[in-house]
Amino acid sequence: MNTTNKETHSNIEELLPWHAAGTLSRRDAQRVEEALAGDPELARRFAMVREELGETILLNETLGAPSAHAMENLFAKIDAEPARKPAVSLNLAARVSEFFASLSPRTLAWSASAAAIAILLQAGLIATVMIKEKSAGGYETASAPSTDPGVGAFTLIRFAPQATSDDITKFFEANKLQVAAGPMAGGFYKVRVAVTGLPKAELARIVKKLQEDKVVGFIATTE
Amino acid sequence: MQTTSDEVLIARIAGGDRLAMQVLFARHHVRVYRFVLRLVRNEATAEDLISDVFLDVWRQAGKFEGRSAVSTWMLSIARFKALSALRRRPEQELDDETAEQIEDQSDDPEVALAKKDKAAVLRQALSKLSAEHREIVDLVYYHEKSVEEVAGIVGIPEATVKTRMFYARKKLSELLKEQGIDRGWP
Repeated sequence: MNTTNKETHSNIEELLPWHAAGTLSRRDAQRVEEALAGDPELARRFAMVREELGETILLNETLGAPSAHAMENLFAKIDAEPARKPAVSLNLAARVSEFFASLSPRTLAWSASAAAIAILLQAGLIATVMIKEKSAGGYETASAPSTDPGVGAFTLIRFAPQATSDDITKFFEANKLQVAAGPMAGGFYKVRVAVTGLPKAELARIVKKLQEDKVVGFIATTE
Repeated sequence: MQTTSDEVLIARIAGGDRLAMQVLFARHHVRVYRFVLRLVRNEATAEDLISDVFLDVWRQAGKFEGRSAVSTWMLSIARFKALSALRRRPEQELDDETAEQIEDQSDDPEVALAKKDKAAVLRQALSKLSAEHREIVDLVYYHEKSVEEVAGIVGIPEATVKTRMFYARKKLSELLKEQGIDRGWP
């Protein structure tokens, strides 16, 4: 075995405990699997690692658990803490995480269906606009509304669980909305409400109006 | 059924939600307790410490940035608390378990082997590892922490995590050999 092979062998051997515990990356796990397949001695050592793993789990599991006193003690300490004001604003990741956690499979299903329909509608509308423009042979001023889906005023919407795909389609048509992105994780959609940027007050007014629609579960402005 | 993620619970705890704290406690307290117990080797101390660990979680939840798993973060707090408690503990406060081990070490290997099967001897050897080695073995095997997570909890480089685990296992083999079990490694 040359030096490089020895080093590789040593590196692989060091990874065996994590391979046994299943905490290696897919790439590393693959490397270990390949090495194990071609090296009986390494395979024997891996069997030892698995034995250690099993007995470590057993040992820990026989350690028992704390008494109920631990929890009582904790909450007595928490009660003695100064009153905490509810967090005014949790960080974005936590809020998004919370939204994701609150989604039901039904919401996701409806959201996915609605998004598919909305995207089709959007594609159809864009195609129609493009064909009309081409046939008209007109020109466009620099200040003309953009069809670029990245330009305009946007909101982030999650649909109500009870909203049907038909409701959502009508909602899009009635309010002249376009899906700019989505469905994103958690069933959120970035929806364009205007083809040009809007003053904050105006966008807030639109959001408030859209929020009143029964299909909207959550809506907020976004960029 | 959908369960609330630890990260969501932490966000709720940051907002003062006691119920979220109860859920998080119910979900993790046994493992945290066992991790601490293996370090401090005293049940009463371990039980007191887990209250302190979760109280820190309650206080620090708003500062949790999600750069590691919640369980990893809690084990880091637990480790810090356990080591602080060990530093406060007088040398002469050897608990029963430690005393028992000292006695065990003088056992005749053949007698020990006759008394216990190989698995039991292996568990006994795991208990005899140094605190540093016990900790890493537990984190990898029982708490299922990756190299990166162990490095974060213990505060050492990833390369050191691997070598420390290697030496912990080597020591384990030596302890087994003392008890008459030769694994042919290292």
